[in-house]
Amino acid sequence: MNWQIPLMLAQSTDNLEELRKRTAAISLDGTTVPDSALVRDGTSNPFSTEYWFPTQASSFAAEVDFLYMAVFWISLVFFVAIVGVMIYFCIKYRRKGDVIAPQPSPSHNTAIEILWSVLPSILLVWIFYVGAESYFDMRIPREDAEEIHVTAKQFAWIFTYPDGDQTAELHLVRDRPAKLILQSEDVLHSFFVPAFRQKMDVVPGRYTYAYVNPTQSGQYRLSCNEYCGTGHSKMKTMCEVHDTVDDRKNNTKWIKADHQPWENGKRTYQIQCSGCHKVNGEKATGPALNLIWGIDEKLMTGQTVKVDEQYILDSIWEPAKDVVDGFGPVTKMNSFKGILNQNDVNDIIAYLKKLKEESPAQ
Amino acid sequence: MVDAVTRQKLFGTPEIHFLNCTKGWKSWAFTLDHKRIGIMYLIGVTIALFLAGIFALVLRSHLFKFDSKMLSDDMYNQMFTLHGAVMVFSFIIPSIPAALGNLVLPMMLGAKDVAFPRLNLASFYLWIIGTGCLLLAILSGRGLDTGWTFYTPYSIDTNTGVIYATFGAFVLGFSSIFTGLNFLVTVNTMRLKGQGWFKLPLFLWSLYATAIIQVLATPVLGITLLMLIAEKTMHIGIFDAKYGGDPVLFQHFFWFYSHPAVYIMILPAMGVISELISVYSQKRIFGYSFIAFSSVAIALLGFLVWGHHMFTSGQSQVVTLIFSAITFTVAIPSAVKVFNWLATLYKGSILLNTPMCYALSFIFLFGIGGLTGLFLGALSTDIHLHDTYFVVAHFHFVMVGGTLTALLGGLFHWWPKFFGRMYNDLLGRVGCFLVFSGFNLTFFPQFVMGSRGMPRRYASYDPEFLPFHQLSTIGAFVLGIGILISFIVLVYAAFKGPRCGSNPFRAASLEWQSSSPPDFHNFVHSPVLNDPYDFDSQVYDDELDTYISREFADPTKVPPRTEPVHH
Ligand code: HEC
Ligand code: HEM
Ligand SMILES: [Cu+2]
Ligand SMILES: [Cu+2]
Repeated sequence: MNWQIPLMLAQSTDNLEELRKRTAAISLDGTTVPDSALVRDGTSNPFSTEYWFPTQASSFAAEVDFLYMAVFWISLVFFVAIVGVMIYFCIKYRRKGDVIAPQPSPSHNTAIEILWSVLPSILLVWIFYVGAESYFDMRIPREDAEEIHVTAKQFAWIFTYPDGDQTAELHLVRDRPAKLILQSEDVLHSFFVPAFRQKMDVVPGRYTYAYVNPTQSGQYRLSCNEYCGTGHSKMKTMCEVHDTVDDRKNNTKWIKADHQPWENGKRTYQIQCSGCHKVNGEKATGPALNLIWGIDEKLMTGQTVKVDEQYILDSIWEPAKDVVDGFGPVTKMNSFKGILNQNDVNDIIAYLKKLKEESPAQ
Repeated sequence: MVDAVTRQKLFGTPEIHFLNCTKGWKSWAFTLDHKRIGIMYLIGVTIALFLAGIFALVLRSHLFKFDSKMLSDDMYNQMFTLHGAVMVFSFIIPSIPAALGNLVLPMMLGAKDVAFPRLNLASFYLWIIGTGCLLLAILSGRGLDTGWTFYTPYSIDTNTGVIYATFGAFVLGFSSIFTGLNFLVTVNTMRLKGQGWFKLPLFLWSLYATAIIQVLATPVLGITLLMLIAEKTMHIGIFDAKYGGDPVLFQHFFWFYSHPAVYIMILPAMGVISELISVYSQKRIFGYSFIAFSSVAIALLGFLVWGHHMFTSGQSQVVTLIFSAITFTVAIPSAVKVFNWLATLYKGSILLNTPMCYALSFIFLFGIGGLTGLFLGALSTDIHLHDTYFVVAHFHFVMVGGTLTALLGGLFHWWPKFFGRMYNDLLGRVGCFLVFSGFNLTFFPQFVMGSRGMPRRYASYDPEFLPFHQLSTIGAFVLGIGILISFIVLVYAAFKGPRCGSNPFRAASLEWQSSSPPDFHNFVHSPVLNDPYDFDSQVYDDELDTYISREFADPTKVPPRTEPVHH
């Protein structure tokens, strides 16, 4: 039996060989567990960040760990105080024999009660604030982030890079921020890389986004974190962070695409959309779409929405939802749901972006 | 003034009491007596606990090895789903309110029964039907593999018995609403003359706050589950993106009920603890009104935080921010209660018997459960911890370490009252110790695994986590043995324990003024109203060998009051 003692200690690196052997046994049924998942530069000191967390491999990992450890210490102080006082009272005021003799003491004290409600509140406000601040660091991508499409399906991951090439594992480059655009082909999934401290649900019928700026090269576990059916626990792959763009290019098993996504998009567009949507800026049955990407679009209702992946997807699948100002009240566009899938829409989006980039105004 | 003969009649162990006044199965199955319904509920939830507990032990045994072949992935998923669903809907939600609450609530008011005895019985039958439907999912041969949360669209896609199970949860919802409604009306209308709101024991405040949640939140669950069934059978297009629905909407509806539901689980437990701590330190509860209002505050704020289960679901960032902020406000009233309990212990006369040991373990375990809620309420840390074992550990600390511990403590406290017999205190404490240590061994390692990135609901895992999973499995068996011992101690006491008097612990709330076991009508005399935390109002009677109210005691033997009557 592989019963390692002392148990509460971090996994030591002594038995790495043994672990590798066992891990290899798992990979036979299709799961990859990267080596680096086995190594913990960890420590057996439960008061250290390294004990509680895997490596910090993203720009915000340290912030998350900082807050975690801060809350850990706050909790520890409160917990020790509470339990300490409790035990002390239980010993000191323990009933001796059958004599019931509580000593007189007040049964309320408004000042104390207000004090012990307000003081912890201040700490809570601080925790909330720090948590919220890092949250935005984790959620708002840097402008220059490369966009990688992540498709989750029962029970596998597909990663599509800007040039249309695909991989079964996620390949990133150190210090090169990535905006991951998540989509699902069936049910809910969740993208989770513990070393990045990043997690985001993948929701069918819409786009969600995860952002990461990897700061340390290596291989990290990537797993599905939202229960998605029988093979949920097999929906694991890895994320490899390369040192340079060239490293990634040369050391990755690519599934090569025949065409750039925008070329596919252009083709679809010309077949399905060009009848109503021109690309020279002129209005036809529908508005021209060459400059649409990224703008704030005015709707019939007077609201404005930002034209992003979700907006385009909604326009194509549910045109009646957001009708453009001047084209209402009833849209003349019919839904392409069932005709174009989310990948086709991705291609059209790539084309729309391309049009925008190439427009003379840019 | 009453004479010794009357005293004996009122407080001595009666020949005829509610347990034996009528006989035969019909006298139980058709009873309208809240005490008998309470006992039937107790038996029911105990069966549910054992069933779901066995599922849990099977899960834990499977996880003893990281690439275990004991269960197939599919079996594993079905196991954790049934474990969760039965524990939540059939055991923990009805446990304290419907079983203990039914026994105690009317008596604490000096009343004969609840306001609507028939509704009470109906609630129990709905519980049976609902639990039956949940289990039908197994018998249907297809099982159930959605997780207790029934998240769409998987619950729509899967061909397992989702419809049986959701219908079961729907019916159980009504069972819960009936109990809640009954308690609200009973507390409002059936209090003893002169018993103002601030003379109610805190257990009643907490049951009242719970009842508000049950009545207001549970219908939302009902509607949601019906919509889920409609989506599954008719594809009406609300929750499934394939038909133009929104899967995240289901999560909003689900947690709009299920977050308040966690307070349905914990509030009554806190009420029990308030009683135990004060009785066993023989001291007036510290900060009565703060505790009472914190129950109400928790109940109301609890409706505003459901989004904290959805920080990574794709809901908007602003909404996420707001939910995080409100979540922290709920933590305050919980903390206030803990401080008040500690202050109650101060200068008390603390008796460390079985119920009190459970109460103290509650403070320990709920402390950890509540504090780890802070890691989850903060946004950046929750992004990392969401849906990992950290969350699993958090909610087991509050639900098992909190509610189950309080339920056991409450049972040991009120057992002598309802069965008129005392349990073996030493064995009771041994059980408590095993529950406490087994529990910690099971769930503490899960915090470490969760922080290191072990996702929940995984049938196999990376070897890195092996030692922690093994500790957890061993702990689960210790916990199981602890619960089993407590169960045996209680059942043995109910039949064979030594007789005990009407009020062996010198408690002052009204239920202790009845005989043990109580009469069918609860009280043969009308109980004397006294402050539930004025323990000096009870004096020892050597003929009866128990405590009785000063008003009934032999005036020549009554010691002078040690504290003023009004505080
Ligand atoms: C039958 C004509 C018709 C066809 C074919 C058509 N559309 Fe449209 N589309 C419209 C009209 C009319 C509107 C404006 C009303 C509205 O917003 O629904 C519109 C609006 C849009 C918008 C929102 C434009 C804005 O300015 O915000 C997008 C994006 C869009 N369509 C994309 C497409 C794509 C992609 C296709 C091809 C797959 C397509 N449409 C095919 C008629 C059409
Ligand atoms: C004291 C303050 C508490 C706070 C701040 C708190 C906070 C949270 C948060 C933020 C989550 C979501 C975690 C996630 O999924 O990422 C959560 C989960 C949960 N909490 Fe608490 N909690 C508290 C107390 C309680 C209590 C008292 C109970 C029940 C008795 C409870 C039961 C649960 C359950 C059941 C879940 C998870 C449900 C699931 O995902 O299956 N919590 N808690
Ligand atoms: Cu999954
Ligand atoms: Cu919650």
